Amino acid sequence: MEHILTPKVEEVKLLDRYTAKKPAIGTLYLTATHLIFVETSCNTRKETWMLHHLIATVEKLPLTAMGCPLHISCKNFHVAHFVISSERDCQNVHQSLVRLSQPGKVEELYAFLYNPKQDEDERRNGWGFIDSAMDFKRMGLPNEFWEMTDLNKNYELCSTYHSELGIPKTASKGTVFGSAKFRSRGRIPTLSYYHKESNAAICRCSQPLSGLSARCVEDEEMLQAISRANPKSTFMYVVDTRPKLNAMANRAAGKGYENEDNYSNICFQFVGIENIHVMRNSLQKLLEVCAMKSPTMSDYLTGLENSGWLRHIKAVMDAGVFLAKAVAEDKASVLVHCSDGWDRTAQVCSLASILLDPFYRTIKGLMVLIEKEWISMGHKFTQRCGHVDGDPKEVSPVFTQFIECLWNLMEQYPCGFEYNEKYLLEIHNHVYSCQFGNFIGNCQREREEMRLYERTFSVWPFLWENRHQYRNPLHKCSLGREVLRPSTLPLNFKFWCGMYNHFDKGMQPKQSILDHLLTITQKKAEGEKKMTDLQIQLAVMDGVLADQGSPTGTPPEQTSLSPVSVSHTAENAKPLMNGAAVEEAEIELVPTAGSEKMEPVAIEN
Amino acid sequence: MEFSEHIKTANVEDVVLRRPFHPPMQGTLCVTGHHLLFSNRDGDSSRLVLLLLRNIDAIEKSVENLLGYSSLFSSTGQSQRPSVSSGTITLKCKDLCVLQLDIPGMEECLNIARSIEYLSSLDIVSDMYPFFYRPLKLSLQDQWGLSSPEQNYAQMEELQDRWRLSHVNKDYSVCPSYPPAVIVPHSIDDETLVKVAKFRQGGRFPVLCYYHRKNGMVIMRSSQPLTGANRKRCREDELLLQAVIDGSGLGYIIDTRSNQQAQQARMTGGGFESKSSYSCWKRLHRQLERGKVLQESLIKLVEACGDHSHSVDRWLSKLENSKWLSHVHTALATAGLLAECVERDGHSVLVHGSEGTDATLLVSSLAQLILDPNTRTLDGFLGLLEREWLLAGHPFQHRCAHSAYSHARLRLEAPVFVLLLDCVWQLARQFPLAMGFSEPLLLRLAREVYASDYGTFLCNSDQERCAAGVKERTHCLFQFLLKPSEREHYSNPLYEPTELAIWPSIQPQSLQLWRGLFLRWTQHAVHLEKAQEELRNLVIECRGAS
Repeated sequence: MEHILTPKVEEVKLLDRYTAKKPAIGTLYLTATHLIFVETSCNTRKETWMLHHLIATVEKLPLTAMGCPLHISCKNFHVAHFVISSERDCQNVHQSLVRLSQPGKVEELYAFLYNPKQDEDERRNGWGFIDSAMDFKRMGLPNEFWEMTDLNKNYELCSTYHSELGIPKTASKGTVFGSAKFRSRGRIPTLSYYHKESNAAICRCSQPLSGLSARCVEDEEMLQAISRANPKSTFMYVVDTRPKLNAMANRAAGKGYENEDNYSNICFQFVGIENIHVMRNSLQKLLEVCAMKSPTMSDYLTGLENSGWLRHIKAVMDAGVFLAKAVAEDKASVLVHCSDGWDRTAQVCSLASILLDPFYRTIKGLMVLIEKEWISMGHKFTQRCGHVDGDPKEVSPVFTQFIECLWNLMEQYPCGFEYNEKYLLEIHNHVYSCQFGNFIGNCQREREEMRLYERTFSVWPFLWENRHQYRNPLHKCSLGREVLRPSTLPLNFKFWCGMYNHFDKGMQPKQSILDHLLTITQKKAEGEKKMTDLQIQLAVMDGVLADQGSPTGTPPEQTSLSPVSVSHTAENAKPLMNGAAVEEAEIELVPTAGSEKMEPVAIEN
Repeated sequence: MEFSEHIKTANVEDVVLRRPFHPPMQGTLCVTGHHLLFSNRDGDSSRLVLLLLRNIDAIEKSVENLLGYSSLFSSTGQSQRPSVSSGTITLKCKDLCVLQLDIPGMEECLNIARSIEYLSSLDIVSDMYPFFYRPLKLSLQDQWGLSSPEQNYAQMEELQDRWRLSHVNKDYSVCPSYPPAVIVPHSIDDETLVKVAKFRQGGRFPVLCYYHRKNGMVIMRSSQPLTGANRKRCREDELLLQAVIDGSGLGYIIDTRSNQQAQQARMTGGGFESKSSYSCWKRLHRQLERGKVLQESLIKLVEACGDHSHSVDRWLSKLENSKWLSHVHTALATAGLLAECVERDGHSVLVHGSEGTDATLLVSSLAQLILDPNTRTLDGFLGLLEREWLLAGHPFQHRCAHSAYSHARLRLEAPVFVLLLDCVWQLARQFPLAMGFSEPLLLRLAREVYASDYGTFLCNSDQERCAAGVKERTHCLFQFLLKPSEREHYSNPLYEPTELAIWPSIQPQSLQLWRGLFLRWTQHAVHLEKAQEELRNLVIECRGAS
């Protein structure tokens, strides 16, 4: 609270990002958690909320005739241009936001303040809602080849891995610990996905410390053990997701990649995904394209090309497709790594899993996948998302790229996924918002040290509760165990307007097929439920059914839901505010009213 | 005409047909006057593939005569068939499909290629297939066309006190590319119209094409005035335009050429409405490409879509370089501007470029879709196409003689109509509930306009169609599409009529490549088609339940 210099500024203008339309006039409130703009110039009350932690940059531009411009851009690609009449107010808001958007330590993040009025049991159960260990059981572990070990229970083997790891049965403790010494940060080869149908597995690790000539017998044994766990195949792939040049450069620093001569029966392959710095810069360029005011079609397409963004998305997708093909068609196991094995490796392994296994194309399955491949395997969310003030060079849109690849798949297979675009956007939003504890911390050990499971809430029960919004009405379960074989021709990669221009409603289709389908299917489901209820009532009256409480009308998935009946909806997710602001802002939330009017965009006279 | 003299080889056995989404098929190929017939008998089932020759845009052949080599390879070649000469014909179609035929026998291959080359580019209208197409379900006695100018006029009672139907063009003598009846201001008599026609290129004097019920404003269209280098004036033309804005004070002229192009047009006898002569009209210039530029744009785009190299940069650069999306962008932006003048500013608008048969029609029909809910139903949309394209004299035969693959020298080809369909698709993508028709309809029209069993898109004007007997001797596509059996497939299951104008976003991010058309023959389209089917079933199911 001490950082808020001016809690309320009146007569603030909110400019439209693209058109020269009349700016909205309203009041700006600065609360402990949000920046809120309440429009006073229109009849319907329109509010714009921006969570402080979502703010990526806040810039005060030179004074103009209109006033003092304040330019805010958020990590969820929401951009707002305010003009504040008094330069002093602007200065104060700017200063406060700079401080509030960059918390010095993790404990200041929203998740530690957020309280959706749940009791302690519900909160605790919420954390158990998704269990990645269960997923290995689902894949059929333990079996004659693979087992789960607790060798890492005190994080002594590898500090950034989960405590439970899938390891080939034939790998001895000595082999595992020996291999850990030869892998960057001890990130040994461990199971990511086991493909029951072919016995082939996807494993992940970090780069070997091979340097120019070093070898490690245990590491070689470890790979042997993985290879043996798929007895029908005579070889396994080792995929280095880096460009070859980068990998070679690492050799000089004592790291590097596997020498095919030292490992028996491996087929080594580079796939050439660029590093986090290239990706960060590429996104920056993409956002500059999005910010262009009335660009021509050529400006836009040239800008899109020069950003390189879609090239990178395709590189990630290509690698995922390569893995899935190796497992499903060649029936060969694959070991994947990049440098540390927590960025590109996470992207590629999770994409391959989605291509191979329809479970991950369900609402719950995606939660499991993210929990398993990203959260528990040590993707550095705190650093990559820039949750707290830190090295800007550690920030990179690695997770965003994964979500975008997924969106691209959904565009190619409109019936193949149980979830819809909103689900992806919501997850992406929560990765950055820090409203929930899941995406705070860089690895499991850090989260335990922070006592996140005691002090914050899990996002998964919250999303599950709202799953009706995230359904894809066109989803066809009949695709069965089908492996997706997407086309990765360049022309299949599109700019994702729904993500990067999500808050520019004028650019989105003015009517949504998805919303329409959700509404009519919902109505149908309600109608059917009513029908069943009536039938049950009739049956009871006729004495056919004795017990009214039988679960006849309940869909099976609801019975499997753990006893979390989370009651919070989007409205309950309101921030903590100081008294004055609460009074002003707690009137009905109608953030989209007014913006749905059909208006032309950028038609010049 | 005897087609048979151009068919040297009518039948070939053991031909292999390769086409998208199907495994190669072996069977018999047969050439007829209008079709390629391919039949394959596999056990009990037999399959027939029929390809309209008119649909073939380009043909490439390669022949191999390995006969001479066989002695060289005698030791290894023994197991091969004795006749090793063969040829391959690649057929690139106007609907963008590419097929391949492997034909045994060099001579046969060359004969067939020659027949296809000749028969696919017939240019005598009465030789074309629609004059021979006689399906059992249709009768030539059925009504041809959906409506007439008289019916259109009669339906719009609210405009009848200020506007009249003129038959000055009943024998097509005043304007050969106009229909026999057009709507003009009440106060302008036929004699005046004759004089105005002389002052407009091709006699295309300003006529009403849309009446906006909400405020009584209208959209007019014409060709350029023939002011020439000497800034000639025409009193009657000025009178006519004055009568259009009678009472409302001001009108807009949207010139689909740049200011510079309009100035240059004066050198060749054309021109524009100058401020001094038309003081109540405000001119706005928006440059829309036409003719060769547009045709080349389509060729480049299709080439880019067929380039399956693996670089995203190269794809984006080719997409940009084709400029197709820029044309889509400009067309929608100009139509938006026109609609805005009418609906927001409350002024009448005259739109023209030079001939007034291409960009003019594109802009005026898109503006009508934005403004008028009646044009967004299946019937209404086809009615709009009939009024604004067929009767208004878009020269279909010239514009659609060739498509994107042809190697023939470009003459009058231009994919203006395809551009219209693309823009309509963009509108429908942004307002998926507002259109009564579906994407399959747009795709069907994009195909039919180049090669068709129906006579609808034959010829360049109403006059030509009447002279060639199109209306008596061919079937009408639009009538067919509205038959109950077809209607279902071409309606939008999500349709919810709205009275509001539908303003499209014209930010580049909001416009997309029309994958349904340009990637029609890739795997991508298959999944999308399945999804559309799924969507239709889902909606029907939900309707049934409620």
